[in-house]
Amino acid sequence: MSEYDWLSEVRALVGREYGRVYAWDEVNPMMVRQWCEVMGIENPLYTDPEYAKQSEFGELVAPPAMLQPWCLEGLHMNNYPPGSTDENPYEVLGLLEQQGYPSVVAVNSELNFERYLRMGEKLYYTTIIKEVSEEKTTALGTGFFVTQIMPFYSVKEAGDEKVGELLFRVFKFRPAHSKASFENKSAAEKPDATKTDAIPRPYPGISDDTRFFWDGCAKHELRIQHCKSCDALQHPPAPVCSHCQSFDLDYKVSAGTGEIYSFVVMHYPEVPPFDYPNPIGLIELDDGVRMIAGLVGVNISELEIGQRVEVEFTSFDDDLVLPLFRSKSG
Amino acid sequence: MNELISNKAAIVGVGATEFSKNSGRTELRLAMEATLAALEDAGIDPSEVDGFSSYSVDKVPDYEIARLLGSKEVKFFSQVPHGGGGACGPLMHAAMAVATGVAKTVVVYRAMNERSWYRFGSGNYGFGDSPTFDNVNYGWYMPHGFHTPAAWVGMFAKRYMHTYGATCEDFGRVAVAVRDFAATNPNAFFYDKPITLEDHQNSRWICEPLRLLDCCQESDGAVAMVITSADRAKDLKQKPVLIKAGSQGMAEGQQVMTSYYREDITGLPEMGVVARELYHQSGLGPDDIQTAVIYDHFTPFVLPQLEEFGFAKRGEAKDFIRAGEHARGGRLPINTNGGQLGEAYIHGMNGIAEAVRQVRGTSVNQVDDVENVLVTAGTGVPTSGLILSGS
Repeated sequence: MSEYDWLSEVRALVGREYGRVYAWDEVNPMMVRQWCEVMGIENPLYTDPEYAKQSEFGELVAPPAMLQPWCLEGLHMNNYPPGSTDENPYEVLGLLEQQGYPSVVAVNSELNFERYLRMGEKLYYTTIIKEVSEEKTTALGTGFFVTQIMPFYSVKEAGDEKVGELLFRVFKFRPAHSKASFENKSAAEKPDATKTDAIPRPYPGISDDTRFFWDGCAKHELRIQHCKSCDALQHPPAPVCSHCQSFDLDYKVSAGTGEIYSFVVMHYPEVPPFDYPNPIGLIELDDGVRMIAGLVGVNISELEIGQRVEVEFTSFDDDLVLPLFRSKSG
Repeated sequence: MNELISNKAAIVGVGATEFSKNSGRTELRLAMEATLAALEDAGIDPSEVDGFSSYSVDKVPDYEIARLLGSKEVKFFSQVPHGGGGACGPLMHAAMAVATGVAKTVVVYRAMNERSWYRFGSGNYGFGDSPTFDNVNYGWYMPHGFHTPAAWVGMFAKRYMHTYGATCEDFGRVAVAVRDFAATNPNAFFYDKPITLEDHQNSRWICEPLRLLDCCQESDGAVAMVITSADRAKDLKQKPVLIKAGSQGMAEGQQVMTSYYREDITGLPEMGVVARELYHQSGLGPDDIQTAVIYDHFTPFVLPQLEEFGFAKRGEAKDFIRAGEHARGGRLPINTNGGQLGEAYIHGMNGIAEAVRQVRGTSVNQVDDVENVLVTAGTGVPTSGLILSGS
């Protein structure tokens, strides 16, 4: 199977090492005690100085599984200690996303420890892009496995000492067809942002006037409201035809092709879960109606009015299927 | 002319708080400070107020202002919907109430800690998924991350640029001109801080095609005005500023910020409705207007407004602007307070206050021989407008 041209830009990042991310605090007994409390770990080696003194270490040590938490940014996102890099080791995921692989799932997280950490040690890690797989199809969808290695070091005068390593692998993918339907779904069944770590996309308000559209999305049909009295199409849908005020409405399934009538590229503010820059089009379908939708697989610097696009249904957060539009090349 | 409303009511008092990014006090207090300042400016006792009007998103209730003013019999109150698009509406409502004798002394007000308490531009509107109209409507946009006023305006602007050949620099020329006025207005955010076109072009993208300097700064503050009959105004402290015309406007295919489904999206037909009605009520035309306050929360919509009011032909506002006709010394200096881009974003009410000052002859950037001033309200939404006049 020949690879996509754009993959060369992705592959060029393999082997790259991104700069240091430091720990906010030295390894210290207070954070160890709290971590053990939260995790339900009762081994006195980590919390009881008297016990630890009798151990082979002769003093308190930190639980090995705390290796990664020492270097996390804390409550505020991207708030890393002074001296840390501001490079983005996840840029490779952004490149894949631009090509229409929006979803991500973590598949491996493997920690290797060289030794126990002692109080007072100061840590940092770097990030190396180890591997980007060939395009693979799994039950979730089609995409790429991206493997990162994060070696952790303890700062030493005689030369920093490697104390452990994290292998982190994600699958960055375009979801397979979703079977989710919005039909007759009560509010209680919808995704609850408070119950997951990830912030979901805003879920659309769906009314009796618009449900057919979203049901269509779940079936990967772009449904445009049609007036049975005057034959007009309209979008967004409404309870009556805006041309003849008839209530006698059904829908037609659009071929989903059209052109960019206008567009914007959003940069600021950066609001989760969206990626920026975020190109959004006002699409004029060949059926004659317009709709707003995110653009995928487009080169932002080459976007222009009149560009041909076609619909691509994409699932988000298990339950939301949106019609996005992809540049129709050639 | 419409003799029933034109010149029947006058703005006789104006009050305002300072404009800031954090007022440090409640919206109710801001409203009271501005209202009492406006009554003081007019020389009218608070107990005389018998009408109130504001516009939506303002969260200060009319009854609380009435209670605190000691009002006894209030016979008229209204709140115009659609945020900044409503800005001129309360003046029109007050003028109608006064012209018909329903009320004698009406306070219109705007008081918001829009910057420090809640921001329109944050991309988070408390959008939900219950099937109310708003949630269903924003359901076409929010899931795509299309969720800021800059983005909604940008979608129109891009098409306008494509159709008429206007450029990002043309938008920049709007910003440069109004920031020039702000630079000489001590009450402006950007007092003494003019910008160049190069500054504009070097400012970062907020949402292509809009740069940072195409966008106003969200603000805290309040403005209030007192309206009474033109007859009574003759005996009050200030030179009367007559409401020569006032109109609201919606047009075919109207939505709030997303009227993208019209045949053509390069104009502002709702502002066209306002323009025709204002000219009809007043008997005036574009040549009779010496200066204007053109709603400028974002620069691009200034251009089609100039076209809807006939200051330039369709698609030719860019030429008007390239010639500097909108700037200091031009044919129609606009937003001489520095606009919302330069003074503060009080959702248009600060612009109406500037129009009052231009008619009184007290603006810090006074235009010569002002007789009639046009004021417009928020764009991309159902909107409103006024013509204020000295006679």
